[in-house]
Amino acid sequence: MVVDARGCSCPQPVLMTKKALAKESKLEVLVDNNTAMNNVSRFAQSQGCTVNVKPAEADGEYTIEISK
Amino acid sequence: MKSNKLLIIITGAIIGAIAVLLVKFGNPANMGFCIACFIRDTAGALKLHSAAIVQYMRPEIIGLVLGASIMAFSKKEMIARSGSNPLIRFVLGFFVMVGALMFLGCPLRMMLRIGGGDFNAIVGLVGFVGGILLGILALNKGFSLNRAYKVSNSESYVFPLIQIVFLVVLAGIPSLLVFSEEGPGSMHAPLLMSLAGGLIVGALAQRARFCTVAGIRDSIMFRDFSMLYGFIVLIVVTIIVNLAFNFFNPGFEGQPVAHTDGLWNFLGMTLVGFGSVLLGGCPLRQLILAGEGNIDSVITVIGMFIGAAFCHNFGLAASADGPSANGPYAVVIGLIVVALIAVVNIAGNRKKGA
Repeated sequence: MVVDARGCSCPQPVLMTKKALAKESKLEVLVDNNTAMNNVSRFAQSQGCTVNVKPAEADGEYTIEISK
Repeated sequence: MKSNKLLIIITGAIIGAIAVLLVKFGNPANMGFCIACFIRDTAGALKLHSAAIVQYMRPEIIGLVLGASIMAFSKKEMIARSGSNPLIRFVLGFFVMVGALMFLGCPLRMMLRIGGGDFNAIVGLVGFVGGILLGILALNKGFSLNRAYKVSNSESYVFPLIQIVFLVVLAGIPSLLVFSEEGPGSMHAPLLMSLAGGLIVGALAQRARFCTVAGIRDSIMFRDFSMLYGFIVLIVVTIIVNLAFNFFNPGFEGQPVAHTDGLWNFLGMTLVGFGSVLLGGCPLRQLILAGEGNIDSVITVIGMFIGAAFCHNFGLAASADGPSANGPYAVVIGLIVVALIAVVNIAGNRKKGA
């Protein structure tokens, strides 16, 4: 499942990740700034998930792979 | 300790220390920084309102924005974005200011007031947490402003450039501006010191993503306490430095630039907390984001400017004597408007989702 959290203000990216994680065990979260990348990664780690951050093609964007 | 948490704690400590130093060198007591008061003072200096005791172009605001811009630019985080319900953000910024000027301080000054021993600010803090809880309720029910999109990067430089123009006018042609001759507006640290304080805090707050709302919001929503540590360290350091300078003065009565009306201290900060959660960050954070090229935050800051001008033009701001006659109506209207924004947004998002 892909969660597109690009352009969303705090704390939407984390909230969207939290909601999606309640239903799915594998996620790809798209974010477009460092703050959201750090917040989402930190949240996923706190939930015991494996987190892998990949810079996306566009400047400043990231794809965060999360698996439970 | 993770570097992120360490940075937040260092930032909290430095903000607290610099804030008390600015008071030592001339700022009003417990007002080393106050985003609401300083935007209000700057609005006064620009003659957007004519309350004679609160007019001064605060270099701290200029420094905070430019510090954030310089840091963001050097870290390649200066990216222009816009389009996330700008007019709703303007209205939220406006009413956050109405609430802050009822309490007499933004959340950052609330922390500095607590650190100075002002117990009225603890009442404000309880109201602030209440407002944040209302905001969290809205978020959990599906409140979400539209996403922002990248816009042409030239847009990101406009707000910092305006601050540079302000600085040039302040330093070079101050006769264009109005400055208070008495009252809080007349009390200020030397220009360069205020500017430097703003630059340092702006740069650090940009790196740490420091936000007074996030500390409480994320602790409740996600059990993420990292920002809360910054919040607590800021207050502790403020208390220590205040004690060192003999500024610490615990109690309710006779607190500087503050009033003792508990109900309106509480409700003013409820409005600030509620509005700030819907905005995604506190007034300080909005200012920092505005410096990074977030145009929606620029609009929010402009909303705060206009809100401050309205507060003084229409007698809504409180004073050391307590709330004005009209102020309580404005705060209640603000709470209703913010609640309506939340309800309409949630209903709209549900329709989209269905």
